Order: sequence, then C-alpha cells, then structure tokens
Amino acid sequence: MSTSATLEQAAPSRHRVRGTRPLLRLALRRDRLMIPIWVYALVAAAVGTGYSFKALYGSTAEQEQLAAGVNANSSILALVGRLHEPLSVAGLTSWRLLGLGAVLTSVMSILLVVRHTRAEEEEGRLELLAAGSVGRFAPLAAALSVMALANVTVAVLMASGLVLIGFPTIGSIAFGLGWCTVGIGFGGLAAVTAQIAGTARSANGMAMAALGAAFLLRAAGDAGTATWLSYLSPIGWAQRLRPYTDENWWPLLPLLGFAAVTMLVAVRLNDRRDLGGAMLAARPGPVDSTGLTGVRALAWRLQRAGLLGWGVAILIWGLVIGNLAGDVGKLLGSSTQLQELMAELGGPGALADSFIAATAGILGLIVAAFAVQTLLRLRAEETSGRAELLLSGSVGRIPWLLATVWPAVRGSALLLAVGGLGTGGAYALRSGDAGQIGRVLGATLVQLPAVLVVIGAGVLVLGLLPRWAAAIWGLLGVFLLLGQLGPALQLPGWAIRISPFGSLPKLPGEALAWGPVVALVLVALVLGGIGAAAFRHRDLG
Amino acid sequence: MNAAVEVAGLRKEFGRSVALDSLDLTVETGQTHGFLGPNGAGKSTTIRILLGLVRKTAGAATLLGRDPWRDATELHQQIAYVPGDVTLWPNLSGGEIIDLLGSLRRGIDPVRKKELIERFDLDPTKMGRAYSKGNRQKVALVAALSANTDLLILDEPTSGLDPLMEEVFREALAAEKARGRTVLLSSHILSEVEAVCDRVSIIRAGRTVETGTLAEMRHLLRTSVDATVSGDLPDLTRIAGIHDLQVEGDRLRCQVDEAGLADLLGALSAAGVRTLTCQPPSLEELFLRHYSRPEPEPVTGTAV
Repeated sequence: MSTSATLEQAAPSRHRVRGTRPLLRLALRRDRLMIPIWVYALVAAAVGTGYSFKALYGSTAEQEQLAAGVNANSSILALVGRLHEPLSVAGLTSWRLLGLGAVLTSVMSILLVVRHTRAEEEEGRLELLAAGSVGRFAPLAAALSVMALANVTVAVLMASGLVLIGFPTIGSIAFGLGWCTVGIGFGGLAAVTAQIAGTARSANGMAMAALGAAFLLRAAGDAGTATWLSYLSPIGWAQRLRPYTDENWWPLLPLLGFAAVTMLVAVRLNDRRDLGGAMLAARPGPVDSTGLTGVRALAWRLQRAGLLGWGVAILIWGLVIGNLAGDVGKLLGSSTQLQELMAELGGPGALADSFIAATAGILGLIVAAFAVQTLLRLRAEETSGRAELLLSGSVGRIPWLLATVWPAVRGSALLLAVGGLGTGGAYALRSGDAGQIGRVLGATLVQLPAVLVVIGAGVLVLGLLPRWAAAIWGLLGVFLLLGQLGPALQLPGWAIRISPFGSLPKLPGEALAWGPVVALVLVALVLGGIGAAAFRHRDLG
Repeated sequence: MNAAVEVAGLRKEFGRSVALDSLDLTVETGQTHGFLGPNGAGKSTTIRILLGLVRKTAGAATLLGRDPWRDATELHQQIAYVPGDVTLWPNLSGGEIIDLLGSLRRGIDPVRKKELIERFDLDPTKMGRAYSKGNRQKVALVAALSANTDLLILDEPTSGLDPLMEEVFREALAAEKARGRTVLLSSHILSEVEAVCDRVSIIRAGRTVETGTLAEMRHLLRTSVDATVSGDLPDLTRIAGIHDLQVEGDRLRCQVDEAGLADLLGALSAAGVRTLTCQPPSLEELFLRHYSRPEPEPVTGTAV
C-alpha cells in the first residue's frame, strides 16, 4: 500500500518533465551556431588574454607596480575589481576577466533562456509542442538545461585552455566556476522574468536590468567605502573566489543558492499560470485612435516604453558613475604603470577625467546596444508579417526604414545626454564644481558618431543580408572586447581603432579633435546609404 | 484603363526554385475575381508582387494601369489588403490598428467601420496579443472593407473565421461589389468563390491552367444524373458524351457532357422516368480535375 501511495505521488512530477529530452535536442539544434560562437568567443578571450599577459606582465616588479596602483585607485577598482595578493600572471588574467566574463556569460544565459521560453510562447510555437506529450515544466527544464550546458562548456574549455598555457589547475577551476555559476544564476533569473513578463523583449529587459544592477553594486562596493555593497552582487561573490590567489570556496554557496532559488521561483510561477499568460494583467485598450496615424507615430508608440526603461537605467548608471568619479581624487600612491594603463583606458590628463572618458566609452557601447535593439525591430516586423500589412498601405520603403532609424539616432543622442547629465550632475555635487556638468556631457555626447557607425552598419546588414541581421550584435561584441581588452593586451593603435569607439577623442581630458568625429559620421552615412539603397531593391519577408 | 489587374507571363525565382512560371491573370474593373490554387501554387507570391513587396523576375504586371513595384506608395492609397495570416502589434488595440491601417490608405469610412465591427462581432478594445486567429483576421477585414479604396486584395481572408462570420464576410463583399469596388479574392474555399466571384482563375505550380466565368467553366464539365425509370432502359452507351454509366435494375447513374444531355433526357423520358436528380458541375470538380492530374499541362480550352 505504501509503495503505491509513493508511486502516485511520484508520478505527477515525473510526468511534468516528460518530453524534456526531445525539447533539449530541439533547442541544441536551433542553437547549433549561436552557442558555439559564444563559447568560442569567451574561451578565446580568456586564453588569448592569459597568453598575452604572460609576455606583458612577466616580471614580479611589473606585477607589483600594477597591483599597487590598481588597489589604490578607486576608478579601476570600480571598472574591473580588486587585485589580490600573491601576484601572478594568472592572477592578473583572472582579475581583468572574471567580472567581465561573468557579465558576458550572464548575457548569454539570459538570451538563451528567454529565447527558449517566453519567446517560443509568444510566437505560439510552444503551444504546438505543449499539445504533444510534453510535461508542464519540460520547456522550462529544457531551456535551463541548454543554458547550464552552455555555461559548463565555456567553463570547462576555458579552464582547460588556461591549464594548457601553464596556469595552476585549482585556480583555473575556480575561475571557470566563477564564470559559469554567475551565468547560470542569471539564466535562472531570466527564467523568472520570462514568467512575469508577457513578451520576450520585456523579459530580456528585466533580466538585463538586474544584471546591470549587479554590476553597479559590485563597482560601487569595490571603489567606495561601503564594501558590503559588493557582497550583494553575484559578480562580487564570484570575484571573491579569488582564483590563483589563495582561493576561497565559500562564494560557491551563495552563487549556487542564487541559481537554485531563481530556478525554484521560476518553476513555482510557471506552475501557477496559463500558457501564454503573464503575471502582468492585460488592460483593455482604446476603441479607436486619434493620434496613431502613419508609420512615424507607430514607431514612436512602439518604442516609447522601451526608451523610458533605457533612460531610467542609464540615469541610475550615470548617478553612480558620477559619485565614483568624485572618489577618484583620493588617489594615494601613483605609479607610472597605472598612469599608463589608465591613460590607455581613458586618455591622458587627470585621473578623474580618464575615469569619465573610460566610463563614457562603456556608456557609448550600452547606448549602441539600445540602437541595435531598436533597429532589429524592423527585422521582427518583417518576419512577423506586420510589415506586409503596413507596406500594403501607402508607405514607401525608405520612409518606413527611416521611421525606425531616426528614433534610433534620436534616442541614442537622448540617452547619451541623460547619461552625461546624470554623471556630470552627481560629479558636480561631489566636487562642488558645476562646470563639470558640461565637460562630462561633452564626453558622453562625443560617443554619438561611433553609435551612428553601429546604426549605419545595422542598416547595411538589414539591406544586404537581412537573414543575418542578428550578426550586428556580434559586431558590437567585437567592439566591446577591443575596447575592454585592447589596451591591457597592448594591441597596436590601428587594431583598437577598428572599433569606432576606439577612434574617438577621449574627452574631457583630451581636446576635441573634429577629424575622427567627422570621419565617423561620414562612414555611418555611407554604410547607411548603401544599406538603404539595397533595402529599397530587395524582396521583403 | 479597363482591367484593374493585368498580369502576363509573370515569372518569379527565389534562388534556384521557380515560384511562378508564366502566370497570367486579368481582373476587370468592378469585378470580383476568384484566384484559386492549391497550397504552394504561387497565389501569395503573385499577390506580393502586385503589392510591390517582392520583385518579379520576368513578365508583365500592372495594377490600375501602373507598375506595382515603382509606384507602390501611390498605388497603395487605392488598395486595401488582407493577408491570410494576420499578425498584429501585441500592444496596440484592435481599434487603433484599424485606424492606423486606414491612415496608410485613403482613409476609412467611420460609419462603415462601426457597422462592420458590429456585424463581425469584434471587440476593438482588446490588445493585439489577446486576439484569436479568427479575431485577428476580423481586424484586418474590418480595416480593409471600411477603407475608401478602389481595389481589395484578399489573400485567403476567411481562414480561421467561423461559418457564421464567413456568411457575414460574403454579405459584406457583395455590398462592396455593389459599390463598384474591384476584388481579387485568393481562396481555396470553393463555395465561397462560387458564391461571390464573377470570374475565376485557377493556377497550379506557378501557371494559370484555367480562367473564365463560372458559366464558361461549367461548359467544360459534366452533369451528374441519377434517375429511376418505370420501363426498360435503352442502350445508353450509344449516346455521345456519356460517362461512368452504372445501371442497377431500374436505377441509373452517369456523368454526361453538355452535348449529350438532350439525348439522354430524351431517352429517359421515353423509358418513363419516375425520379430524376441532375447535379450541375461544381467548382470542386473542376478544381479536382486540374489537381488530380500528375503534371501541369498548358490550357487546352476543350473538354476532355
């Protein structure tokens, strides 16, 4: 009797994950290109950086000089994190890459989980699958498995690669665990936001916002006096694993706990809701419209909520960065190595100026991500068939294209201004110098030409290779790695300037050079022009 | 400018695959033209070329006397289109979408819009994501039918509608026809085409295989006859144009060409006909006759 009772209880949970394996195979098949690209990029970045650092920072003297400078400088602490003793090439590599890589594995995980849960549900494909012999949790379980598998693959290959180039085994394992546990945790969080939000877009947005908050908490905690802030961030936990420098293992507890709790919450939420349903209830809309006429009004209507979200996030970012910029003056010792590193990262001049220039460069990349997201709406409209409905009306192709491109341009300028005003305002309050507002605003706005190049490249891809539209994200990733790792790897100037963000004058420390600004605007116009011409002449859909 | 749509020898290649191969289609102004074909025959591709969304590879296509690719923007002032699979903006209400689409055409008639929303029993306050397939279709139908355009292009517009709504659609289409609008109706619901269309074009594998009025097409087909007689049946096999003859006692069933119908009826009345059912050829038979053939053949114009 007792056995049959247990069976009765056990059966439902087994049924609820039935079908996970075929769904997992389906997901792997769909991601047969995406996951290998992510894995390759992340592993190559880590092993490549480690290999180069062996040549660049081989001597103990070089390492000590760097460490002394870094730990005394709150701006580097904010951007990268704390450098622990004893020093080694391996330790330097993990110091430079642990936080950055954890952010990147998290981005990968968020995109993967939402892609296989809410996006499938929104498109109605999940309904087709769920009608088969597929348990209630199977889609979620399959998405989480793919995500975890990708993270573990990255970690194993990265750690093996580092061991191969001669780094200690235990430290490499800790390094790999740092990357993959943060990634899996944010993947779990994305599973939660996928239950709450009704669309893939907002599910991604909510999870990315949480990741941004984790980054800012870690930055503020490491740079300022309130060290405890860093303990609130999964990225901060991962850095406390201290790979290669007397490893700590306790952070694995909160890291695995974070992953477990988010996944359990996602499962609970999933259990309570209908297929296609969201936590955020739908309200009735207007019977008719007075203002929604034409494609420009439509584009604004579709984008205004997203722009507001980005604006709030970037304002918070700016306020935190501005506050940290005020701390940069508290530099204790100074080392030439540090000066050089900071100069390469942010240009010559005062350290606060370099810090502002470096963070403005990051803001430029963040705003470029907004621009890419806005542009790719065009492709989504096309593949969903809504473009067909619109263009069967009296709308030219070019006006339709511009109705999306122009808000991307205008929104980017606006977001750069918001970031500049937030940073400048907070910095002015800390330093008591109102003149800083204008200087900082200049530093963020000068990023616009580089964002325009990204938009131009996006239009080019939409016009010539619409099927590969998502590749524009890859281009942005290349620019990110060039900007973040290029100086530390001591890449030649031309290589760093492949990224439009690398060619910009580093305001406010440097003088504003108009040459590169004008050149970038011209490049953007040419790319966009070719793309628009191709867009006019190709088949739609 | 007599014909609203004129397509001749239209060809479209997607890479190596040929979607349309010498397709002809003429829709006279003021007429309702049925555009029939099995899945994948090229109906939607033809329509997308007519809408200037896709570029033709070769051949001629004019819409209201103009080039659908070059003059797309101006032409679309006068066109209302309903796709077979409507996707809506998830965060816009149905009412907003109807007005938005109207603003991209020559405006919409608010009275007709209100009337159509009522007749189609559509809730315009729902958000795009909340509509079912049939209701999404209704949103696009109301937007198109209430638009002040000369030409309606409908690509399987009733897919997902219930029979009651299909009836509403037929009535609405009849009203548009009475108003003098030209309609190109792509469909594979034959009863729908039979009920509303003046002329029909049948395509297969990217070619037009038959075109004409329904009456003309019926000429080419056989009438089914089912009769019982009181006397003895004569030898009917001598009558020209009789096919599939089955005799069971006093009951007879057969198919007969138009030419043999008079002879058959004469023979039946001579044999003392008691019951008689004549079934006119349906579009379905025409359709099946074309599609059950293994290879597409050029139009012959003569009966089999």
